[in-house]
Amino acid sequence: MKRLEIIKFGAIALFGGLIGFPASAADTITIGDMNAYTRLAAIAGPYKKGLDLGIKEINAAGGVLGKKLVIVSRDTQGKPGVAIKIAEEMISRDGAVMLVGTTFSHVGIALSGFAKQNKVVYLASGPLADAISWSKGNAYTFRLRSNVYMLASMLVDEAVKKNAKRWATIAPNFAYGKEAVSAFKKVLKARQPDVEFVAEQWPAAFKIEAGAEVQAIENAKPDAIFNATFGSDLAKFAREGRLRGLFKDRYVTSLLTGEPEYIEPLKGDAPENWYVTGYPWYDIDTADHNPFQEAYNKEYNDYPRLNSVIGYTTAYSVKAAIEKAGSTDSEKLRQAMEGLKLKSPLGPIVFREIDNQSTLGMFVGWTKLKDGKGIMIEGSYRDGANFTPTDEEVRKMRPAD
Amino acid sequence: MGFYIVQFLTGLSSASALFLVASGLSIIFGVTRIVNFTHGSFYMLGAFIAYSLVGVLDGFFGFWISVILSAMAVGLIAVLMEMLILRRIYQAPELFQLVATFGPILIIQDLALDIWGPEDLFGASAPGMDGAITIMGTPMPEYDLALIALSAVVLGGLWLLFNKTRWGTLVRAATEDRDMISALGVNQKWLFTGVFFLGSFLAALGGAAQVPKGGASLIMDFEILAPIFVVVVIGGMGSIPGAFMAALLISELNVFGILVWPESTLVLMFLVMAVVLILRPWGLFGKPEAPGQHGQVGAPEQPYRPLSRKANTLFAAVLGLLLVLPVFASDFSLVLVMDMVVLSLFAASIHFLMGPGGMVSFGHAAYFGGGAYAVALITSHFELPMEVAFFMGPLGACALALLFGWFCVRRSGVYLAMLTLAFAQVAWSVVFQWGELTGGDDGIIGIWPSPWLGSKAAYYYFTLFFGVGGIMVLRRTLFTPFGYAMRACRDSALRSASIGIDVNRQQWLAFAFSGALAGLAGSLFVYSKGSIFPDEMSLARSFDGLIMVLLGGVKTLAGPVAGASAFTWLDDVISRLDYWRVILGSLIILIVLAFPQGIAGFFRERFGVWFGQETDT
Repeated sequence: MKRLEIIKFGAIALFGGLIGFPASAADTITIGDMNAYTRLAAIAGPYKKGLDLGIKEINAAGGVLGKKLVIVSRDTQGKPGVAIKIAEEMISRDGAVMLVGTTFSHVGIALSGFAKQNKVVYLASGPLADAISWSKGNAYTFRLRSNVYMLASMLVDEAVKKNAKRWATIAPNFAYGKEAVSAFKKVLKARQPDVEFVAEQWPAAFKIEAGAEVQAIENAKPDAIFNATFGSDLAKFAREGRLRGLFKDRYVTSLLTGEPEYIEPLKGDAPENWYVTGYPWYDIDTADHNPFQEAYNKEYNDYPRLNSVIGYTTAYSVKAAIEKAGSTDSEKLRQAMEGLKLKSPLGPIVFREIDNQSTLGMFVGWTKLKDGKGIMIEGSYRDGANFTPTDEEVRKMRPAD
Repeated sequence: MGFYIVQFLTGLSSASALFLVASGLSIIFGVTRIVNFTHGSFYMLGAFIAYSLVGVLDGFFGFWISVILSAMAVGLIAVLMEMLILRRIYQAPELFQLVATFGPILIIQDLALDIWGPEDLFGASAPGMDGAITIMGTPMPEYDLALIALSAVVLGGLWLLFNKTRWGTLVRAATEDRDMISALGVNQKWLFTGVFFLGSFLAALGGAAQVPKGGASLIMDFEILAPIFVVVVIGGMGSIPGAFMAALLISELNVFGILVWPESTLVLMFLVMAVVLILRPWGLFGKPEAPGQHGQVGAPEQPYRPLSRKANTLFAAVLGLLLVLPVFASDFSLVLVMDMVVLSLFAASIHFLMGPGGMVSFGHAAYFGGGAYAVALITSHFELPMEVAFFMGPLGACALALLFGWFCVRRSGVYLAMLTLAFAQVAWSVVFQWGELTGGDDGIIGIWPSPWLGSKAAYYYFTLFFGVGGIMVLRRTLFTPFGYAMRACRDSALRSASIGIDVNRQQWLAFAFSGALAGLAGSLFVYSKGSIFPDEMSLARSFDGLIMVLLGGVKTLAGPVAGASAFTWLDDVISRLDYWRVILGSLIILIVLAFPQGIAGFFRERFGVWFGQETDT
């Protein structure tokens, strides 16, 4: 025991000295970033590339407040407990002035609790849970991506036109899926009161029994289907549904499916004529997006994914916040983030004062097969600002600070 | 009608996929008694390799050749692992091999990420079987039928192998009685290696065969583990027909279950396992374990003795160092040490049950997380102050352990372990699913200590008091009549009963006591992180605890503390590096090979005499 303890404490000191040396030197500003770099490599990878690109550009243009931005990135392993530990370390040892990142909603929620308790600004870049901006929102937590409610609402305009009466839903059996289905049902019912939901299927996330789920939906004979599964579940659902004729003559609308991260792995099995949210980078020709796509291509010899946009915009949000605050003081940063306006590759965004949710929107469009690959056509941008609940509803949901 | 037939066939096809993988695990366990966590990784590797091969070999035959080739390749990798790692530690204490199978999981994950990249690889349809046939007007995919045929072929092949060949007869004999066949002069080494090849071949075959239905992804390895353990346990460990029937039962219940109860997808499997184990203790087709059949290898355990003076001095010195730590250490070092203390207490509670108690718990996270949730629920629903809510952790966990333990202690060995796992998963599913009460996977946040414990240093001392205190109470209990009686029940239930000890009751109370201490660790945990999520009740957390205990050494009382501290610290230091999983995995394997007695066990062997903790036998 004794020797072990000596080795242990010696090594803590050693590694503390080697790795954890404070980066809060006078001429740099440190930002703490974390994501599920190992668990969700396909999402966190492009995010990191976008973030690094943004930081590189910002530093090349002279940094912020005359200082260089430095990013410390760590792997949360998708575990909230690990994320909290890393956050403590980033604040106390690395001297990070604010925290950014995460994709898993529960990890984001854990960090939002940490941010409130420790009065540190946390920009939740990737998580989708409504709770982060509403039921568990707080003054120190800001969120970049459209949340589940906003995304689901974006699909409703088109769904209403279809005027289908009998709907079935399928969504993974956790908070994201539940929020997606409840938001879609709520918004659709408000616009089309005679709608009826005849089946709700809740496969366990990443463990879908696709054949059985497809049969169960088929058995309810719906006119239209709302899907919120993604990743490998979506792949299995899409293939079994096609084989078993589920999508024939049915209107299908689907969350996230048009994001390159999710539609590309499907290759030839990508569904056709689903109305989806996504990011058709190949089809976007705007003054905001073109320079970003060019720079990304030049840096990585690759095209951007949706999470590259998220990472890139995270970097510029940090820059804008520090510049507006004129300091790296937490309280000033928090105030600066409220109502912060900036340009993103998708268009201008603002962090709403009422709930700290950014208005970064998303594209909606139809899926199509082209050269054996799934793409999104007739994509058009939906500004997130138009798809939130009323201010009154938001105030009711958000706890008092 | 067509609908029900197709639904049944759909269930049969997923049962087939599950059976292929689970039968491999069952064979390996039956003969070697190793709980092989790497099985999931072999399944994943099978899928990845088949995916790559299918891209090269075209056509109907190309596809099936790819499937076979990939299974062979993985079988060889498994043989390598068995020969290089497991062979060296068959003499180690019970279940220790489990840790050795944990290292390769981490290594394979990083290798797969490096070779095949981060994105999910979705397999192309199998050539010649990419359509559907119609059964009474309902379409049924052809490939599902092919899977059913494949599993029938495998089932038949295994029957022939085990009943018509000499090698198969030896394997069955080894499953019945390992010592006897080695006494009869059979070379166990090669038998084990052969079994490992066969089992891993089947795992990879299962992985490869499902490529046209799903593909290959980096999370496949963990996703398959729980279902195949359930299948193996329900079927009866080591039984092939049992594995098939269990896979069928689970899959059919699942496909028909979602028609009437769509939310059942998380919990159904584990409910079935719990019910089966309560009704049929050894699974559908299993046989009772002969006493002392597994794990009781190596030298008999040393009796516990109170700490010697030297050891006491050392303990005091370490404690003294911990007490003055806040004076010179950074806030983050305190956080790290707090994590170590909390996890040490958690590991010690597992060890109490597993070492001196003789009851292995595969689901102790239920009590750790259960304690944390008890605190969080009381705080968020009734707004009780921390000074009261804190004690709800051990109390709540104790109540939960009393409930689950009542069933568990009526089983023994690996079936007890599996029943604890089943209950833990049921508890996890309830917490995960019951969003209105528990917040579901969004968890409960904002559980912070009272203001007087608000500073890092204050909460550090609080943690130290209850953490070290809890560990000392656990230790002290071993030297009370309660502890002696518990150890008596472990060593001989029959003799204990004959001198008047109520064995079930004794073990039940020990189970509850250990659960309460795990709950105390949970209480400390929730206030140090400020939040609680279902992850802390998950299988992964239970296995973390188990690994800490085994890494530290089951046969020493300092083991869990050494294991938990080493594991926490390694994890923290290494997880900063890019390929940290390869490094951590390799380190675990190295530790396992270098210290088959665990870290603390090794130190006791080396320095025990000097500390007066070792007899001179």
